[in-house]
Amino acid sequence: MKETLIIAGFGGQGVLSMGKILAYAGVMQDYEVTWMPSYGPEMRGGTANVTVILSDKRISSPIAHEYDTAIILNQQSMDKFEPLVKPGGTLIYDVNGITRHPVRKDIHVYTINATEECARMGNARLFNTMILGGYLKVCPVVSMDNVMAGLKKSLPERAWKMLPANEEAIKHGGEIIHKV
Amino acid sequence: MAEKEVKLMKGNEVIAHAAIRYGCDGYFGYPITPQSEVMETLMELKPWETTGMVVLQAESEIASVNMLYGGAATGKRVMTSSSSPGVSLMSEGMSYLAGAELPCLIVNCQRGGPGLGTIQPSQGDYFQACKGGAHGDFHLIVLAPNSVQEMHDFVADAFDLAFKYRNPAMILADGAIGQMMEKVTLSPQRPRRTEAEIEEECKSWAIFGKTPDRPRNVVTSLELRSEEMEKINLRLQAKYKAMEENEVRYEAIECDDADYVIVAFGSSARICSATVELARNEGLKVGLLRPITLYPFPTKVIAELATRVKGFLSAELNAGQMVQDVKLAVNGAVPVEHYGRQGGSLFTPDEVLQALKDKIINRG
Repeated sequence: MKETLIIAGFGGQGVLSMGKILAYAGVMQDYEVTWMPSYGPEMRGGTANVTVILSDKRISSPIAHEYDTAIILNQQSMDKFEPLVKPGGTLIYDVNGITRHPVRKDIHVYTINATEECARMGNARLFNTMILGGYLKVCPVVSMDNVMAGLKKSLPERAWKMLPANEEAIKHGGEIIHKV
Repeated sequence: MAEKEVKLMKGNEVIAHAAIRYGCDGYFGYPITPQSEVMETLMELKPWETTGMVVLQAESEIASVNMLYGGAATGKRVMTSSSSPGVSLMSEGMSYLAGAELPCLIVNCQRGGPGLGTIQPSQGDYFQACKGGAHGDFHLIVLAPNSVQEMHDFVADAFDLAFKYRNPAMILADGAIGQMMEKVTLSPQRPRRTEAEIEEECKSWAIFGKTPDRPRNVVTSLELRSEEMEKINLRLQAKYKAMEENEVRYEAIECDDADYVIVAFGSSARICSATVELARNEGLKVGLLRPITLYPFPTKVIAELATRVKGFLSAELNAGQMVQDVKLAVNGAVPVEHYGRQGGSLFTPDEVLQALKDKIINRG
């Protein structure tokens, strides 16, 4: 098993945290894991991305030139990463703010409208876990138990009261993802 | 006492954990991206409450390196960390540390330059780290980690080598290794050395306050008499020679049957290990030689490889620095080329393979 994943969007959307939850879940599942973030000014409003690799073997390069899965959360990232999904790979995107939809026919494309769903629920902070839920529905690389353990590990103790709401968001994300 | 633990951590965070667990006595530093998590983690872990390790944010890098000099002169295990522009500020101090033969650890989590440059990863400080980087004929012992685990392991290795040779040691990492998270196994906590142990180990040179029953130790890099200074220089050079004989470390991946060898260190070597996989899938016999010690450099290993391979590509995140040492080692036997990215950009495994084909395999 080897999953090479890029999560890309705006700083503040929880891109790096989403990667961190997956990375922790990967450790729980005894996988080798690398989490390679973009860091610096882009974390404060520009584009942000993180490459997460989960593998049952030693991971050579933490930098990838193509991805099994891309989770795309803004237009710039769509332009940059749609061409880099491996043939037969998966692209998941939130339709909000996307003006040029993916055109490739040799990959599996899914949409998830988490922005709108979070707005409806009145809690924008559940955005990234909802997206994560959508991803895990399509690519169940780690178990739900390990995801919850990973979520707990990646949150400071003062935020643990948010765990049940996030668990619901992960489950709900799996219900609102659709194949294009 | 803590057992071995497996954690998911950033390279920078792990430096802090490793320093405490090694029994480091003091850290003096000043924040700079992309290595600030080293001191942040130390401050969070509060080792002064557990092992008694001092953690101090100095007023500048220049102050940090001089505190390092002071701490090292008393035989303590002391360290600092910074990133490229901050390391430049420390370079005067590094020359003094080498001249006074003081063991200590300096971590450079490189970013792109020159000047303030960028905060993204680079390997543009190879020359600075390996060719002295300040005035006078001297060398640092330079270790280049390529994983978060090695960031951990090399803290102990660097301190051990620094004390073995009474010479400053550097861990030359970069923003990619510093910011990346991977699984890491933390070593058990070792106790800090007691005053008596330090005095026993370092009594011939360190300063503890003179007592009537022993001669005075003087820690200095100053010697105005040229014939005496030359003796010091010759002693230093003999020490570097001993390091070159005894301390070279490298990793050879798929080099045994290789027709072509990529030479790369640190984060570049991780990327290039995937290049080797891609090449082998295409039926190309490509190997990777990863210098782990950049000084002393694995010259003999490369010279030996040069007798049986058709060419080398030195892949670095700079404009071509280590390639000079590769060329010296190969000494014209086979072609040596460089491929690099700069400005904080990283290359990808396929990009390096293409460069290897263009510059070495398919050269006219």
